Amino acid sequence: MTTDTETASRMDAFGGLAGAYLHTPFCAAICPYCDFAVVAGKDDLIERYCDAVVAEIGMDRPWRPLDAVYVGGGTPSRVPGHQLNRFLDALSSLHGINEAAEVTLEANPEDWTGEIAASFRAAGFNRVSFGAQSFDSSVLLSLGRRHGPDQIPTSVATARAEGFSSVSIDLIYGSPDESDRSWLATVEAAVAAGPDHVSCYALTVEAGTKLGRQVSLGAPAPDPDIQASRFAIADSILIANGLTRYEVSNWSRPGHECVYNSIVWAQGDYLAYGNGAHGFLDGVRSRNFRHLETYLRAVENRESPTAGEEFLTGWDLELDRIFVGLRRSAGVAVGPGGRVFIGDGDGQRLIEAGVVSVNGDRLKVENPMLTDEVLRVVLGLKVGEHGPDGDTLMGAYA
Amino acid sequence: MREQLLDSMDLERERGITIKAQTVRLDYRSRAGEDYILNLIDTPGHVDFSYEVSRSLAACEGALLLTDASQGVQAQTLANAYMAIEAGLEVIPAINKIDLPAADPDRVAEEMVSILGGDPDEVVRLSAKTGEGVEDLLEVLVNSVPPPAGDPNAPLRALVFDSYYDAYRGVVCYIRVVDGSISSGQKIRFMVAGENHEATEIGVLTPRANERKLLGVGEVGYLITGIKEIDRVKVGDTVTEASNRASEPLPGYAEPSPMVFSGMFPTDGDDFEKLREALEKLRLNDASLVFEPETSKALGFGFRCGFLGLLHMEIVRERLEREYDLDLVTTAPSVAYRVTRFDGTVVEVRSPQDLPDPGEREKVEEPYVKAMILTPSEYVGPIMELVTNRRGEVGNMNYLSPERVELDYQIPLGEVVFDFFDQLKSKTRGYASLDYEPAGYRASNLVKVDILLNGQPVDAFSAVVHRDNAQAYGTTMTGRLRKLIPRQLFDVPIQAAIGGKIISRETVKAKRKDVTAKCYGGDISRKKKLLQRQKEGKKRMKMVGSVEVPQEAFVAALRTDDDD
Repeated sequence: MTTDTETASRMDAFGGLAGAYLHTPFCAAICPYCDFAVVAGKDDLIERYCDAVVAEIGMDRPWRPLDAVYVGGGTPSRVPGHQLNRFLDALSSLHGINEAAEVTLEANPEDWTGEIAASFRAAGFNRVSFGAQSFDSSVLLSLGRRHGPDQIPTSVATARAEGFSSVSIDLIYGSPDESDRSWLATVEAAVAAGPDHVSCYALTVEAGTKLGRQVSLGAPAPDPDIQASRFAIADSILIANGLTRYEVSNWSRPGHECVYNSIVWAQGDYLAYGNGAHGFLDGVRSRNFRHLETYLRAVENRESPTAGEEFLTGWDLELDRIFVGLRRSAGVAVGPGGRVFIGDGDGQRLIEAGVVSVNGDRLKVENPMLTDEVLRVVLGLKVGEHGPDGDTLMGAYA
Repeated sequence: MREQLLDSMDLERERGITIKAQTVRLDYRSRAGEDYILNLIDTPGHVDFSYEVSRSLAACEGALLLTDASQGVQAQTLANAYMAIEAGLEVIPAINKIDLPAADPDRVAEEMVSILGGDPDEVVRLSAKTGEGVEDLLEVLVNSVPPPAGDPNAPLRALVFDSYYDAYRGVVCYIRVVDGSISSGQKIRFMVAGENHEATEIGVLTPRANERKLLGVGEVGYLITGIKEIDRVKVGDTVTEASNRASEPLPGYAEPSPMVFSGMFPTDGDDFEKLREALEKLRLNDASLVFEPETSKALGFGFRCGFLGLLHMEIVRERLEREYDLDLVTTAPSVAYRVTRFDGTVVEVRSPQDLPDPGEREKVEEPYVKAMILTPSEYVGPIMELVTNRRGEVGNMNYLSPERVELDYQIPLGEVVFDFFDQLKSKTRGYASLDYEPAGYRASNLVKVDILLNGQPVDAFSAVVHRDNAQAYGTTMTGRLRKLIPRQLFDVPIQAAIGGKIISRETVKAKRKDVTAKCYGGDISRKKKLLQRQKEGKKRMKMVGSVEVPQEAFVAALRTDDDD
């Protein structure tokens, strides 16, 4: 049994690791709820795009050997294994990839055959995350998914057979077509498929998506109270089956936390390549052009595809640490920002209401369903306003 | 030259109303070739400002009753006409705006004659905009209005009929010379105040100030004495010569007393002093505005303000927000109740939370008004229903014409100030007009309904209502607040209570989910911005105990459109 302190220091230690994210935007069809940088029906651009990502890596300065590589999308499993192999080769030759590194690929169950799994495994991937979403066929249909429930356990088994050492399943809850009963069945089926890691996301209506347009025209929107109940259902089933929640929407078996995401939440550094990809290095949050053609043209002209940067120093960097870290079950070390939070009126109210706890050096969100309530307070904290060490804070962060 | 000369406040121009009386002096050569000096005072028409009208009437020999050619006679037209007749003035009916496409001067003339008597053909018809008929009007004026009747050789008696505060010159009095004359540099005396001063400057208004050496009998003008405090000059006082005093002052005026009360609180507690200064400045030119500090558990420090009526209240609030850049929360308007304790002492209660408990009082009396409603006859039914619902008692009904009816009622002022006017307008598609005057106090079965948030009474929501309406008030308020108060970290009970007895209850259920599903490497900057924006939206919240209440709720809860 690991103690809370051990867990906390392990989660914080991810902040010292090196990560990299690579984006592939290609999908067979765009799901109605998705607001990522994705394109459908443009598979003819796959080769040109892969050339560009390899070229973008080639333009970068050497950094240090990577502990986690994450290829997300879009649907990376639509990109041939040999192309993704070129991504990993380029990273490896420029920065190096550690022997024990986690190398993740996102995949859709409908693409996943033994042959394809083998090609990705051969390319160097050792972790796969399936966009399963639901085990209820009517919910899958309403979410615009193209696979059936039966394809999910088969895909997990295939990944195991091909030697993937960590397998994850993504689920979505709270769509209007779902019932408590169907959600409970979905979570139980997901557990039965035997993954090492499960992510459960509340269906979110984003502006600019098909779902967003439907809702603004009067279609039923997800009910937040129902979603809170569904979260509780998922949490209890997953915990009962040996998975621990380590972030708002993520559960894992011991040692199977997603390394790449854990780096992000521990405010560690990660590089980013591809259209719409975001990186964080030395206090700078940078993002690439999201529009596919714009990104391609920039890289093909040997220009930087960086679309914008947020420079974080001093107090902003401290609040950023708390902002990303509080999403974790392990919370954050209190630090200067946490001390101001504890002294803040709104912070106090959250602590009194039991939403946030302070235990020794640890500040934690106890009710993950109210995390944004806490983060809004964090974003408003001002340096030196509170606490006996106000002067020191001013000195350090002015 | 400004298009509208006499309504100089921005608010007056925007709303097309007159708040402050203005005067102008006019030289006129009649068609008969005689020269006249005409002194005109433009007065407000709205019921809230009727004391301004009565003051002006006392300074005049005649009154010109102007009616809009398309709107016709309004309740306030009637009220002002009756006031002028009571003051013994020659009333000259005239119809303005005959250039408007919707003008119907024949109908309006019939209506005016039914009030004043006379011949519809003698009602002057004009357009101030085009100038048509203006000279006809001036001819009627010089032929009908008697000349001033004062004694030029008697000791000076001049009536102060208005005053205002000028930041550079101090208090400027508007005077009308009744007897004798006043000259610049003269030592003068305010007879009622018993103070001597020097007339440092006198002059006439054309309407710009135009300095003169002397003002004689019948002349209207201004007087500057160097007094800096507006309170030291009482409107209605008589100016005489210090060394040659008149024996009797002119009849003065009753001071207007506030009828409607409301709490005004700065949204930002730090603005309390700023609000005090702003109110003090407004009072320099508005003696009818009264205010005293008030502390509310819900709203912090503010002022209990007294107004002449709802329009007056709204104008003051708007001026405070616009001219003094204040963000205010205004509580529901209420009236002054007269409470008799068992020991016989009588107290005036201007704020619902000050109402003594039933165990401490023998009776509560509330102010009644005599209300006059003028309406197209087709709306008589809905108006009667409205008035009866508001505890009004039907009085007379007079047909001014087959289409227009005057209805008289006795009704509690507390019912009128709540939202009566809005309801009246909506039930008559804006065609009915309302005027009222105080009609004494009557004992009523009144109770105080408290609204409790999370078990704590919120003083700003307390109201004094008739016992028969208490349940309805409680149910409406708790229902509205349930919709207005956002979900919090805990269940928030909203209760209405009379004394310790809960009469209605609603609950704002605790917020269960407030979290972004995904926050990964690619989302962080965007999520931060999103939450920052949401945070901005939460700034207009007021903590009431442990409950966050949006500013809007204080106003919206007391709004009265029937949307629930």
